[in-house]
Amino acid sequence: MAEHTDDATSATGRSSREAVAPASGHGPTGLTAEVRLRRGDFTLDMACRVRPGEVLAVLGPNGAGKSTLLTALTGSVRPERGRVSLDGRTWLDTERRIDVPTHRRGVGLLAQRAVLFPHLTALDNVAFGLRTAGVRRRPARRAALEWLRRTDTGELSDRRPAELSGGQAQRVALARALAADPELLLLDEPLSALDVATAPAMRGLLRRVLGEQRSPCVLVTHDVLDAVVLADRVVVLDRGGVVEQGRTRRVLARPRTAFTARIAGLNLVNGSAAGDSVETPRGGVVHGGVVEPAGRGEPAAAVFPPTAVAVHREVPEGSPRNAIPVRLVGMEPRGDAIRLRGETDPSEPETALAADVTPAAVAELGLRVGDEVFFAVKATEVAIHPVSDG
Amino acid sequence: MRGSAPPLGRLVPRRAREGERPVGVPLPLRLPALLALALIVLPVLGLFARVDPARLPTLLTGPAALTALGLSVRTALAATLLALLLGGPLAVVLARSRFPGLRFVRGCVLLPLVLPPVVGGLALLYLLGRTGPLGGPLRDWFGLSLPYTTAAVVLAQTFVAMPFLVVSLEGALRAAGTEYERVSATLGAGPWLTFRRVTLPMLLPALGSGLVLTFARALGEFGATITFAGSLRGTTRTLPLAIYTEAQADVDAAVAMSLLLVAIALLVILVARPKAVEGRG
Repeated sequence: MAEHTDDATSATGRSSREAVAPASGHGPTGLTAEVRLRRGDFTLDMACRVRPGEVLAVLGPNGAGKSTLLTALTGSVRPERGRVSLDGRTWLDTERRIDVPTHRRGVGLLAQRAVLFPHLTALDNVAFGLRTAGVRRRPARRAALEWLRRTDTGELSDRRPAELSGGQAQRVALARALAADPELLLLDEPLSALDVATAPAMRGLLRRVLGEQRSPCVLVTHDVLDAVVLADRVVVLDRGGVVEQGRTRRVLARPRTAFTARIAGLNLVNGSAAGDSVETPRGGVVHGGVVEPAGRGEPAAAVFPPTAVAVHREVPEGSPRNAIPVRLVGMEPRGDAIRLRGETDPSEPETALAADVTPAAVAELGLRVGDEVFFAVKATEVAIHPVSDG
Repeated sequence: MRGSAPPLGRLVPRRAREGERPVGVPLPLRLPALLALALIVLPVLGLFARVDPARLPTLLTGPAALTALGLSVRTALAATLLALLLGGPLAVVLARSRFPGLRFVRGCVLLPLVLPPVVGGLALLYLLGRTGPLGGPLRDWFGLSLPYTTAAVVLAQTFVAMPFLVVSLEGALRAAGTEYERVSATLGAGPWLTFRRVTLPMLLPALGSGLVLTFARALGEFGATITFAGSLRGTTRTLPLAIYTEAQADVDAAVAMSLLLVAIALLVILVARPKAVEGRG
């Protein structure tokens, strides 16, 4: 974390949005946050940095401190100790007694629930942030309608929140957060209140919209899939501390801690989209079901659980199966099963895949570390997702 | 989950399903319940029996009744306005701020609800009377004397009725929670703008019913008014005071004016439907 010490040392201004000049002097530097905050009997103590346009996923189980981090970033809770700055402007510095109130920070928040203002139409909800910024009613409404269209809710502009479904309300809430042109976008479990039918579409919308965002974004989630699809980098939190961080692909594909492995729990094969399959850079193809369509050649991942993988010595028969040649690099017990780790490309260790198989299967095939085998998975068990570049 | 769903953790009464048999009421409760209803309804019906319908128009349009009615409506409206301007902000402070002694302050607000109004009137008299700790300086410096004036009526009514507004607004603010206000802040709205654009519009239904209750209470105020403002015809003799005075001389006139108050009360309950009264606040 040596890189962000220079941010604060040269910053001398007071607590307004334009007071502190960027230390580096070349444009936006993104979000830098160091937070220590006690809540009951647990303490959140972490630091993170998010570059402009980058999406950082904060992963972890319930009670890990994920949402507490967001309250410190919005300013609704004051940490015991901490520094938060955005593009060189200090929002919080407990040592210098700087604490910019929420409404002068420019944070956009999309929470689990939409929290649309019940007395305003969808259109006026979205126009709210523009109106507070001093935009006149008509241009504000025009811009709001544009944002509703971008979140596929243009036809709902006259509806009251009570007349919207959960998924529609969440889309309107996203439009409202983005329309205010936030300097930092915070997403707090934005999909967890949606049902199984609406969550994938909303996830796809978020991916599209976040791709166009220039401000940094922090996404709090307990769902690894959200991180895979939306985030460039992940931070894994447990009991208030960072246990792992790095680029999404690396952290999830090759977890350094057992804890991350447990919450990651999914295999990823990265490549480019080609219809209902993903083509890997080395020429492999993995077939699956398309969850959210991606344009041909766009970055995509085939996602499947280790329990869906079967191990074979020879290329298995049957067309709906994907057979991925791997070299076994690890073997450890995991409950009733044995988890095998297979490397697909020795030059890229982060592409390792996991398979959970029975001890009987391991014994029958006489598997050893170093063996060349095939990981087979049915296409129906594989979900194809467009992914962020991370 | 729909957008209008109540915040998690708030209890929502289950609606009776269609065709569902109501939960039975045990027999021993039915007779006392009937008696309770009779105790409320029968005296009011008795009023109607006592009055001669033919004389009602003349009784109600008599100068005594008209003067008292006019004064009552004016003072009760003024008291309601005063309660709104002072009690509204107090409700927001009680619901949204944290400071030591908050519970104590909240208890003080309830005092006029529990205190006999006569005691309230007496307290006002000794504070604002000629020799009172506040009344003395007011008279010496500004030549103002409040007791036995129309302003005293308004003050007495406000003292007694304001807690109704404060309590109903504070309850509504707490029920609404701070979630919307926090979202408003993330959208760049400062506290004052958030109050005007978010808090206030969401508070309007509760404000309406709170104001109606406050007005009704102010209109019926008797004890504090007669102690602090006296019963001077035209300046401080409001409708309840006029009824009390007339009851000694012309019972029919008193009953006619009582019916007027009953009519206003029914109007309040039926038209304005204050939520607190209907028990689904």
